[in-house]
Amino acid sequence: MTTSASAAPTSGPAPEAKSSGAVLLLLKMRTLIALIVVTAYFCIMAPNFISLGNLVIISKHVAINAFLAIGMTYVIVTGGIDLSVGSIVGLVGMISGLLITHGIPLPFMDATAYPNVFEIIGFALLTGILVGFINGTLITRFSVAPFIATLGTMYIARGAALLISNGETFPNLVGRAEFGNDGFPILGSGTVLGIPLAVILMIVVALVAAYVAGRTPLGRQIYAIGGNERAAMLSGVYVNRVKVIVYIVSGACAAIAGLIISSQLVASHPASGTSFEMNAIAAAVLGGTSLAGGRGTIGGTIIGAFVIGVLSDGLVMMGVSEFWQMVIKGLVIIAAVILDQMQRKMNRR
Amino acid sequence: MSAVAVLKQSPEPEQGVILEALKMSMVFPGTVALDKADFVVRRSSVTALVGENGAGKSTLMKILAGVISPTSGEMRLNGEPVVFNSVHDASAKGIGIVFQELNLCPNLSISENIFLTHPYTRGGVHIDRKRQFERATALLKRLEHDLSPDALVGDLRIGEQQIVEIAKALSRDVQVLIMDEPTSALSESEVEVLFRVIDELKRAGVAIIYISHRLEELTRIADYVSVLRDGKMQASAKMRDVDVPWIISQMVGRTEMPPQRSTPATSSVEVLRIENVCLPRASGGYLVDHVSLSIAAGEIVGIYGLMGAGRTELFECLFGLRSETTGNIILNGRNLAGLTVAERIRQGLFLVPEDRQRDGLMQNLSVLKNISISSLWQFRRGIAIQRDSEAGKVDEMIKALRVKVSSPDVEITALSGGNQQKVVIGKSLLTRPKLLLLDEPTRGIDIGAKAEVFKTMRQLAEEGLGVVFATSDLMEIMSAADRIIVMSRGLVTGDFPRQEASERLLVAASTMTSHLTSTHASSAQESFSPLTE
Repeated sequence: MTTSASAAPTSGPAPEAKSSGAVLLLLKMRTLIALIVVTAYFCIMAPNFISLGNLVIISKHVAINAFLAIGMTYVIVTGGIDLSVGSIVGLVGMISGLLITHGIPLPFMDATAYPNVFEIIGFALLTGILVGFINGTLITRFSVAPFIATLGTMYIARGAALLISNGETFPNLVGRAEFGNDGFPILGSGTVLGIPLAVILMIVVALVAAYVAGRTPLGRQIYAIGGNERAAMLSGVYVNRVKVIVYIVSGACAAIAGLIISSQLVASHPASGTSFEMNAIAAAVLGGTSLAGGRGTIGGTIIGAFVIGVLSDGLVMMGVSEFWQMVIKGLVIIAAVILDQMQRKMNRR
Repeated sequence: MSAVAVLKQSPEPEQGVILEALKMSMVFPGTVALDKADFVVRRSSVTALVGENGAGKSTLMKILAGVISPTSGEMRLNGEPVVFNSVHDASAKGIGIVFQELNLCPNLSISENIFLTHPYTRGGVHIDRKRQFERATALLKRLEHDLSPDALVGDLRIGEQQIVEIAKALSRDVQVLIMDEPTSALSESEVEVLFRVIDELKRAGVAIIYISHRLEELTRIADYVSVLRDGKMQASAKMRDVDVPWIISQMVGRTEMPPQRSTPATSSVEVLRIENVCLPRASGGYLVDHVSLSIAAGEIVGIYGLMGAGRTELFECLFGLRSETTGNIILNGRNLAGLTVAERIRQGLFLVPEDRQRDGLMQNLSVLKNISISSLWQFRRGIAIQRDSEAGKVDEMIKALRVKVSSPDVEITALSGGNQQKVVIGKSLLTRPKLLLLDEPTRGIDIGAKAEVFKTMRQLAEEGLGVVFATSDLMEIMSAADRIIVMSRGLVTGDFPRQEASERLLVAASTMTSHLTSTHASSAQESFSPLTE
């Protein structure tokens, strides 16, 4: 949450300052404007778009990407990248599926323990945290470039997901009341006052993440590292510690996304989450996060995730082919970065 | 300006003049780096160019080599006016330069580096590796180095890289060869080789411009000497007519600065004691060589030294940036050895680094966030930062240091260099340090801001802080320090109370390589090892 001063402190008000100030404001709000424009367009073109049912569907889709994108924003703000999140989604789904379907065999008692839903959530989060910890350790202690370290764990986690079931799907993850492990689908399809649980969870996670980024020493240090890692170190910031935390947060966010997907589908598939990391990066970048590090906000990222979600759902409803959807998504991302550069240039003046 | 007589160049062109720069001026925003300087270079001779840091030596050389274009002034090569728009222009006319900072590609081999801009080719596209290899071998042999031309430059020692840089300049037919501090990275034996090569080049008719801080070298190899001071050409002379003290007086020129404070109110309470601190150099020898010092509370200690003297390295050792450091660093009775930077900050030490942009500022953050980043623990309640108390403390600091800024929320990049420097100092003070290290605290800031920074340092010392700053500016150190320590080649070569110091003494100590000139005689004499590599 960088507070950027829009006015140069020394220069007096130039005659064109007013109009350029307005342009600057428009550029700053670009993602929100894009979201409004895209939504309005679909409301006109696709009559059912604004219906309550559809909004629920969209927000559920957005929630998945938003979890990944929140963690990704932290990582990118420190100047890193996390390519492993999509694979964590798949791995976490498979571990949950395994625990519900087969439980944990207890070696000496000839029995099987079936963890309940809360314990399953715990295992899932631990998985994400562990992968994140490995990422962070590789990057800090062994000086592996973030791109490479997380590319490696991306393959490893995906391979592990496939190994768990030998590539098979775990279907029908409803659990059994007599084992005490039923209730897993509620996470993905439950609602509170008509609002999907996943969406509420997304809002809670986003609020906490925004608070940490904006109001805590940890958040401040994340931005400091992204701005100038060496200066941050010389200022007494524990750079390595903060970086490890950031990758752990990203892994844990991916684990939540993985839980929700397999709960929504009531099944877990080892290929689930493939290329989700790219959607998460796209959402962060659309929301104004700079891949060079040091800039980006959780709020922006959430709006970015909504732009992507609304765009793909709207295009589906309009019957635009999947292939064209990809082209359009690519164009939107490039346009967003070009506008970002324009804003930076204007800021500098 | 000064009372020292200035030897003017005779107006009519002398015999053997190859390159002349007439009334060269270079104006950068805010500073005049060169002010109507005349400079003459003669065939078959070595012209030494000397001056304090910032006197304009490098600027003049960059103009001669076509790196930058002068604001005004004329250049003549063999009597013909010439204008260089690029390094290529200059090198096509036979002017080669060996830069102070090495301009080599570490990922390429020696021969690839030497022939990077002018490869031997067949048909204009196919690089003739064999010819390059042979030519590179011959060049290295001439420089008395049997390095393989296929060796990667990144694998070479700095001194060897310097040799490659020289070979690169020699690979073209040069009439004028500029060498900017060529010996600063070389060992004694390598310097001897370089001097033989210079002699050989002289016999071949090449004119050499030789920049060095090591004045004793000049008496050996220079034929002419020109002294720059504050961008003006102070004096030029034949080397055999002058001596080192003359050069120093021309460099320094001014009368000694009156002391600003008559009574150094230093207490005898020791804040920092360092014992036998050493930092080994990768290629043997030491960057910081058995340094022992004691700093008292309320004292401003200036460390003077030329480039590569080990000042920055000493600070880095103290602040925990060099893991190879040995020796004891005792702050307020507690040994800091082995502590991390963050822990040393908590113990009351802070380093204001030399390179503000690279090491001091977080360019993406506001003034407020830059100032408070090192002291966030002070403002924490639960997990959150208490923004009121943070803003209050930062405001106090901004007022105390007189940082010119409309609001603490302004981006740091919108501030001038001097104000940015104050922000870095503000960041350090907010941690409530007991000892403050400042490395070149006035680098790149204007005169007014310099005075402010020193005023701040004085204030801090009066409040009982130990203040240690490093500089290569004599005037600064004479006017701001209570006690002056001189370093040269990693050794402490001088330790003077300000009243007993003179610019001459300091310059002499800064070019020494072994003994300690001390009125305290504090360091252990036997610890000084000769620097043979």
